[in-house]
Amino acid sequence: MARTAVVKGKIPPWASNHAEISRRRLGNGSTWFDPVREEALRRFEALGLPTTRREEYRFTNLAPLGRVDFRRAEGVKAPIETERIEKLLFGDRAAVELVFVNGVLDEALSSRGDLADGAVVMPLSTAIRERREGVEEHLGRHIGMETNFFAALNTAILDDGLFLHLPDRCILEKPVHVLFHTTTVDQPIAGHPRNLLIANRGSAAVVIESYAGEGETPYWTNAATEAVVGEGSRLTHYKQQLESENAFHISALDVTQSASSRFVTFSISFGASIARSDIRIDLDGEAIESDMNGLFLARGDQHVDHHTTMNHAGPRCESREFYKGILAGRAKGVFTGRIVVCKDAQKTNAFQANRNLLLSDDAAIHTQPQLEILADDVKCSHGATVGRLDEEALFYFRSRGIDPEEAEKMLIGAFAGEVVEKIDLPLLRERVAALVSARLAGGATGKETA
Amino acid sequence: MKTPDDELKTLADQEYKWGFVTDIDSDTIPKGLSEEVVRLISLKKGEPPWMLDFRLKAYRHWLTLVEPRWAHLDYPPVDYQDAHYYSAPKPKKKLASLDEVDPELLETFGKLGIPLSEQKMLAGVAVDAVFDSVSVATTFKEKLSEEGIIFCSFSEAIREHPDLVRKYMGSVVPYTDNFFAALNAAVFTDGSFCYIPKGVRCPMELSTYFRINQAQTGQFERTLLVADEGSSVSYLEGCTAPMRDENQLHAAVVELIAFDDAKIKYSTIQNWYPGDKEGKGGIYNFVTKRGACRGRNSHISWTQVETGSAITWKYPGCILLGDNSVGEFYSVALTNHHQQADTGTKMIHIGKNTRSTIVSKGISAGRGQNSYRGLVQIMKGATGARNFSQCDSMLIGDRCGAHTFPYIDVRNSSATVEHEASTTKIGEDQLFYCNQRGIDLEDAVGMIVNGFCKEVFRELPMEFAVEAQKLLNVSLEGSVG
Repeated sequence: MARTAVVKGKIPPWASNHAEISRRRLGNGSTWFDPVREEALRRFEALGLPTTRREEYRFTNLAPLGRVDFRRAEGVKAPIETERIEKLLFGDRAAVELVFVNGVLDEALSSRGDLADGAVVMPLSTAIRERREGVEEHLGRHIGMETNFFAALNTAILDDGLFLHLPDRCILEKPVHVLFHTTTVDQPIAGHPRNLLIANRGSAAVVIESYAGEGETPYWTNAATEAVVGEGSRLTHYKQQLESENAFHISALDVTQSASSRFVTFSISFGASIARSDIRIDLDGEAIESDMNGLFLARGDQHVDHHTTMNHAGPRCESREFYKGILAGRAKGVFTGRIVVCKDAQKTNAFQANRNLLLSDDAAIHTQPQLEILADDVKCSHGATVGRLDEEALFYFRSRGIDPEEAEKMLIGAFAGEVVEKIDLPLLRERVAALVSARLAGGATGKETA
Repeated sequence: MKTPDDELKTLADQEYKWGFVTDIDSDTIPKGLSEEVVRLISLKKGEPPWMLDFRLKAYRHWLTLVEPRWAHLDYPPVDYQDAHYYSAPKPKKKLASLDEVDPELLETFGKLGIPLSEQKMLAGVAVDAVFDSVSVATTFKEKLSEEGIIFCSFSEAIREHPDLVRKYMGSVVPYTDNFFAALNAAVFTDGSFCYIPKGVRCPMELSTYFRINQAQTGQFERTLLVADEGSSVSYLEGCTAPMRDENQLHAAVVELIAFDDAKIKYSTIQNWYPGDKEGKGGIYNFVTKRGACRGRNSHISWTQVETGSAITWKYPGCILLGDNSVGEFYSVALTNHHQQADTGTKMIHIGKNTRSTIVSKGISAGRGQNSYRGLVQIMKGATGARNFSQCDSMLIGDRCGAHTFPYIDVRNSSATVEHEASTTKIGEDQLFYCNQRGIDLEDAVGMIVNGFCKEVFRELPMEFAVEAQKLLNVSLEGSVG
């Protein structure tokens, strides 16, 4: 198809310093990774920071990101707010918990429980140094560096993160949790966390990625995760984005699924001043099931953008996508959901729904559900709605003596509840539900002038 | 026994029925586009200086633009210097009555079924027949003028009603709007102009038949329709074009303006030459259509049946400026063989309690590519705005594509916006059910597809609805696997 070439972006002030770090890392550790890093560096320099002239970024102005001179997060020393971090941990309810503070693994906060035989959970940096198996085959092979500036940058720098490798038929009972925490420092810092999840044939695991931070100083998290879901395996992936409201959060998730596998992902997005997530799932085989869920809640001047692609390459697959957004204050939400059904993907079932709640007249939502279908024997549908709280429901509450604020809270809670209750992990479900209520109590409703 | 496949193949291979070329002397200026050509067109049409000025401004602006390529369309670059920008049947003399019209021309209209003779009285249709670019005959003028309605060709309007034209032309689609609108503004040769005065209900359905006749002539039509307070009008536009091998360019502009309580219903059947089975030839149709609901309670409704053209690039839209105004868009787009369509609508809600409805049915067969691209925008002041969109696609065959790209921007919390889209194919069991009851495959496909499009056909005026159904059967039947 005739497509306009990628519009060249701007060169941000931190570009040269980042490129230099990337070059320094060449040949440092494992030489087998150098060609990938070099390619990533080339793409990073060729693409430039995307402007709103690029269709994919039309509603998300990333110019603020180009106005801050970010330093690298790694190694920046700062007091660690242990208490705040501990609240986010799962402790012995998780099989393994890795905590990265400003990009560096914190052994004291991390914990390791019992792992099933053969399962490997370790920092990615260690995996790159100590084992080629699995890492070389997949690292940087699934991420869309061709057009995604941020994914290319992440690959060029490649900070630490989670490496998970499950051999055939390995089943992890407890979830694996990785937390990236950015602490208060007096200068803007940037981190590029990277995760690689590999689930071989017939294996199963649950992975939780958490991103958090605090402070007035803006910082930037540019995360990327690659997941390989092997034949007949089952991977559930949760991402909690609880960054400071002064932070920038950019993330990419690229998943490749093989035949008969099942992948479920949740994107819970509450924080950051500008949050942008690119999620792409390739259904590369027969009879695959895939679920993409999302809940975003934004207030004040927050901007939250999800850009998702469900790519049906194989036949007889089923995908479901369910995103809900709640926008208050002057917040802006963007949702682009693309379902692509390739020529050979006959008997595809693909569904997508995006529902949005606007709580204030200053909030705005841009939603673009898209279908691109090249096979004929398919069932595909998408739906998008935008609205406010139902006046009749509010009236019903009031007629029963429930004050309007309480009623609003309950209705919004119920709206979010449709996504929250899909979370299969009781502890996480409770935490997310609590976060929703806390946000609402903190004045997510339009009345508060955030 | 013939298998359903064979039978369908025969049907799918049906050639374009309306491919004939009328041989009349044409007054054509050489190929190419330049400021000279723009001046020449204006001169040939005997236009006043302000009109030439408008054209030149548009032309100069056009030079600064690049052709948009964002649509989901694949076609070789168009050489804008390789087309004739003016072609008119040679005026032998001023025509006093129908008898003096070129008999060959009348015959062409006969083949197209345009009731230009006495029968049209019965049909109740006033036809402003645009043959290539110049209006040759206008009927029912007297009856319309009794009501104070102005319905004439664009050139005549420039001569007779310059104030109205100057006031409204370019006010909905300015020449700066887009590449094709600028091109049209620079070189348009004719079109239709219609003005419905205050409180008048147009007593008949107005209709224009466009027909591209001269080989390699870009057709640049411009239509301007103004419905003053409390008036209402239903306007039909239908097209067929003869068979040609080279791609012909068509870039029309349609502007609708509705004031307080006015209602405009604009229906289109587009059946231009889609190219042959291999995708050779066919019309490139790049159209800018937009309506402005300027007054309170105004109402603009677009209905389109797009079955022709090799490339269709068309987004009829409504600017809902007046409070309580209503915009509607009903569309059936069919692509067969190598046809490609990227079409949809824009609904811009600005006034309070504005409402819009979008129903789009896309049918892809053969190697056709069909895209719905639409925008629903609720501006900040559009309190209580309401939109409902439904985009359904049907795929016939495994080499075609159906795509949906809706954009929804909401900036007001009291707005309610709903969008639904689905994609399906004709079920084998549905076909089997029909076959089992003695309905042959051809009819069964026709029935199912017509049922699929029913919501849109219901919106068409009677004669058009019948024609649309036939057209659909002809252009689509077949290609079912």
